[in-house]
Amino acid sequence: MKEKLVLIGNGMAGVRTLEEVLKLSPDKYEITVFGDEPYGNYNRIMLSPVLAGEKTINQIMINDLQWYQDNNITLHAGKRITKIDRVNCQVISEDGTVADYDRLLMATGSRPFILPIPGSDLPGVISFRDIADVDFMLETAQTHKKAVVIGGGLLGLEAANGLMIQGMDVTVVHLTDVLMNQQLDKPASDMMLEQLQAKGLKFLMQHESAAIEGDGRVERLLFKDGSSIDTDLVVMAVGIRPNAELAKSAGIYCERGIVVDDTMQTYDPKIYAVGECVQHRGLTFGLVAPLFEQAKVCANHLVHMGIARYMSSITSTKLKVTGIDLFSAGDFIGDESTEDLVFKDAARHVYKKLVIKNDQLVGAVLYGDTVDGAWYFQLMRDGTDVSSLREFMLFGQHHLGDSGHGAANAVDGLPDDAEICGCNGVCKGDIVKAITTESLFTLDEVKAHTKAAASCGSCTGLVEQLLASTLGSDFNDTPTKKAMCGCTDMSHGEVKAAIREQQLKSIPEVMQALDWKTSDGCHSCRPALNYYLLSTWPNEYVDDAQSRFINERVHANIQKDGTYSVVPRMWGGVTNARELRALADISDKYNVPTVKVTGGQRIDLLGVKKEDLPNMWADLSEAGFVSGHAYGKSLRTVKTCVGSEWCRFGTQDSTGLGINIEKMTWGSWTPHKFKIAVSGCPRNCAEATIKDLGVVCVDSGYELHVGGNGGIKVRATDFLCKVSTEEEVMEYTAAFMQLYREDAHYLERTAPWIERVGLKSVVSQLVDDPDNRKLLAERFYESQKNAQEDPWAQHAATQRENYIPIKQVG
Amino acid sequence: MNWTEVGPLSAIPQKGARVIETSDGDVAVFRTSTDEVFALFDQCPHKKGPLSQGIVYDKKVACPLHNWVIALDSGEATGPDKGCTRSFATKVDNGTVFIAL
Ligand code: SRM
Ligand SMILES: Cc1cc2nc3c(=O)[nH]c(=O)nc-3n(C[C@H](O)[C@H](O)[C@H](O)COP(=O)(O)OP(=O)(O)OC[C@H]3O[C@@H](n4cnc5c(N)ncnc54)[C@H](O)[C@@H]3O)c2cc1C
Ligand code: SF4
Ligand code: FES
Repeated sequence: MKEKLVLIGNGMAGVRTLEEVLKLSPDKYEITVFGDEPYGNYNRIMLSPVLAGEKTINQIMINDLQWYQDNNITLHAGKRITKIDRVNCQVISEDGTVADYDRLLMATGSRPFILPIPGSDLPGVISFRDIADVDFMLETAQTHKKAVVIGGGLLGLEAANGLMIQGMDVTVVHLTDVLMNQQLDKPASDMMLEQLQAKGLKFLMQHESAAIEGDGRVERLLFKDGSSIDTDLVVMAVGIRPNAELAKSAGIYCERGIVVDDTMQTYDPKIYAVGECVQHRGLTFGLVAPLFEQAKVCANHLVHMGIARYMSSITSTKLKVTGIDLFSAGDFIGDESTEDLVFKDAARHVYKKLVIKNDQLVGAVLYGDTVDGAWYFQLMRDGTDVSSLREFMLFGQHHLGDSGHGAANAVDGLPDDAEICGCNGVCKGDIVKAITTESLFTLDEVKAHTKAAASCGSCTGLVEQLLASTLGSDFNDTPTKKAMCGCTDMSHGEVKAAIREQQLKSIPEVMQALDWKTSDGCHSCRPALNYYLLSTWPNEYVDDAQSRFINERVHANIQKDGTYSVVPRMWGGVTNARELRALADISDKYNVPTVKVTGGQRIDLLGVKKEDLPNMWADLSEAGFVSGHAYGKSLRTVKTCVGSEWCRFGTQDSTGLGINIEKMTWGSWTPHKFKIAVSGCPRNCAEATIKDLGVVCVDSGYELHVGGNGGIKVRATDFLCKVSTEEEVMEYTAAFMQLYREDAHYLERTAPWIERVGLKSVVSQLVDDPDNRKLLAERFYESQKNAQEDPWAQHAATQRENYIPIKQVG
Repeated sequence: MNWTEVGPLSAIPQKGARVIETSDGDVAVFRTSTDEVFALFDQCPHKKGPLSQGIVYDKKVACPLHNWVIALDSGEATGPDKGCTRSFATKVDNGTVFIAL
């Protein structure tokens, strides 16, 4: 018999937990849901756009009644639970319905706080919490003129804005002189006040309500100072309180909310709680981001996987009022131990404040220009050392180096037909539509439904911003850690650490030890695991060809028509007549349709049939060529310029140095591709300052630059240090590559890696600590020992059968 | 059914595929980690990518060109993608693979 799981509260956190449970173990429980609202499960956040007439109720349903049927869930919509009998493990509803449970999940949300003033129970006084409230406001707007909203917080302003759009004359009453004081400081609030007034909202700041009067229905609101305002509607938006009464009456331990531990369990081990009704480590909640994280953790324990823990996380906020751009996250007020970076341009209505503590960003308020909100939030969550960024960071990410993707980030201002994902041709309108019609919440869901950000991923930030601006809050990416893929909840960092610490030596071992949810993994985690095992156990791990993308499996690049391209190494971009003649002969022999000089200073033979590859490689080997790894997450090219041997400006032998570097580093696997260049003088003809590692020769030695790339987001390198001998260049190169190999996530190129960990962490491990540098370099040499065997020669000799059909028919 | 012999199971790598060349185009024969065998027309419903070259897991293959994930038993694209490629019946007899073309 299946165990019984009962959920009280058919809202956002509870149902999200059920979704997670169903994902992990669809058949574990017989599920029953009680909700005192008479609907399926809807997106409460979107009530604001419904009030503003931008959405309909149907558009904000997350799971309709059919979903409950499809998943065999018994839904009692419109039934309120009034009693929990913990002795007999039963819940009992108002109308007498009884349900037994083995596990009970409480997600009763919160209640709007109603000011305890005379008249607060008059008809026409309401809160803003559910569909019924919105219906009431919409009706009132048809028949009455004047509205007052008490509370100038997030919710109050969204209510006021909606009522104004519905044609009412709206006044916001606020206790202090700072609007949204949970999210904004005074300067940002002042700017917002001015802009909202320009839109037509009225404000009574620093007014304390005293009583509501009216004959059978609200007519006016009185203040402590004796003044008053006439109104037909009062919306109270002065805060929420965890809805814990039911739990309290059942004797479950509560303080302000239902107290839970890191596994979302209450003091009764059979009873779990998630959402706004809970209190975790002293905190209560009011935004969905942390609730969704709780849902994940809770589900994990409900299916007895027992590995996840909930840790409070920082959240960020946006206001869903069209035309008002604000972003706020973390500790934006600060104290004696923090420093502020502030930018203010009152005429443009732009204000930014960043709060820094111990070289880390801990809080941010942005008003008017929120383009960089996602970036600041990322820096906060990653705990990046920002000391090298602080000079420019206030001006935004596009002011750093040349990572030139600045203005394009202003997604809110883009028209619907603006292309967001260049790889898959997905426009802003498509993404917004998918988010709203398919009720998508996470980046992964958007990827799956629209393919946006599913390829090169460079538009990930834009898609996250679209999610944020469409849904109102940045919640999908709130977890400080991102799971590697759907097969596990662990992040790249955690998996890597586990491989090392638990001495895991093969993909099946990793999957077993870390409770993988799938038996074979998927196309996203298997290549990553293969890389982590290879880089952690260099001379020991046996590569798993089936876990590599086709290009790395057959050591050639697949083309759109299923043929392949073959790029032999041309050390440092230098060739000679004999090599060129061999390439010409081989091209003739295999009818190569296109011979092209690549952007990496070598020659690409395109359009080769798979079955010809082994023979062609055998011929190339004989002529002295090895694979150029143009297909690999590995060392690609070392570009060079002519240097001191010929050039009238050359200061050092850049060509020779480049060749030496390529001979040392080729064959090494890296998290993403790795490109090097050596220029003979600061004119930099080899474009060394947009490479993963760039060497610029100068009279007195060699400047080393790291973390650059061309590609979609161009980023110029950061200067690492200057050295005086070729030997040092070699040692730094080996050490830098090794640090990157050990530290970066799979498919993270050096540029995003350095932006994540901070340049300072690289400098301290490589430049400031010579012993550590030597150790890193030694580990690199060690792992290169068996890496430089030409894969082409190997495959030509031993794997021919994998390149030819198993059979021909007809 | 008209069974054509393909070859020994051991000639197909686990979580991999080999190709049969036919006059109508290539057919991909997959072997899963549990030694089940499936066959699909070797063209992805998206833009004809050679499915035989994809990464195989469970009863699925990820197309090498743009990562659509195709179910090996039905040839249907999974998830939100829509499309289907032809599938063929297979059987394994005493370590030899047969296909009904
Ligand atoms: C062949 C070549 C174009 C050419 O004809 O010149 C090329 C071809 C491809 N590039 Fe490139 N890139 C080539 C030089 C470059 C360069 C220039 C350079 O290396 O100096 C760049 C910009 C510099 C850089 O990487 O920082 C470049 C930036 C990219 C990117 C974007 C990388 C990024 O971090 O944003 C991708 C996409 C990716 O790797 O995910 C890419 C991906 C590709 C792929 C592998 C796309 C794919 O996955 O199939 C193309 C393979 C075609 C093939 O089968 O050969 N290629 N690609 C060049 C091969 C160089 C070589 O000898 O190995
Ligand atoms: C207008 C509005 C705008 C918002 N905007 C944002 C935003 O932009 N970003 C953001 O992150 N958050 C926003 N929020 C907050 C967000 O909606 C809540 O954090 C979230 O809905 C809380 O989820 P929950 O499951 O804990 O509670 P709820 O979603 O409220 O679900 C609790 C459910 O339990 C039911 N229930 C309670 N007691 C019982 C009982 N005894 N028996 C049966 N059923 C019961 C209730 O009727 C309710 O349906 C907004 C909220 C509102 C009202
Ligand atoms: S070679 Fe590079 S730039 Fe050219 S189409 Fe392919 S990926 Fe794009
Ligand atoms: S051709 Fe298969 S995914 Fe595009």
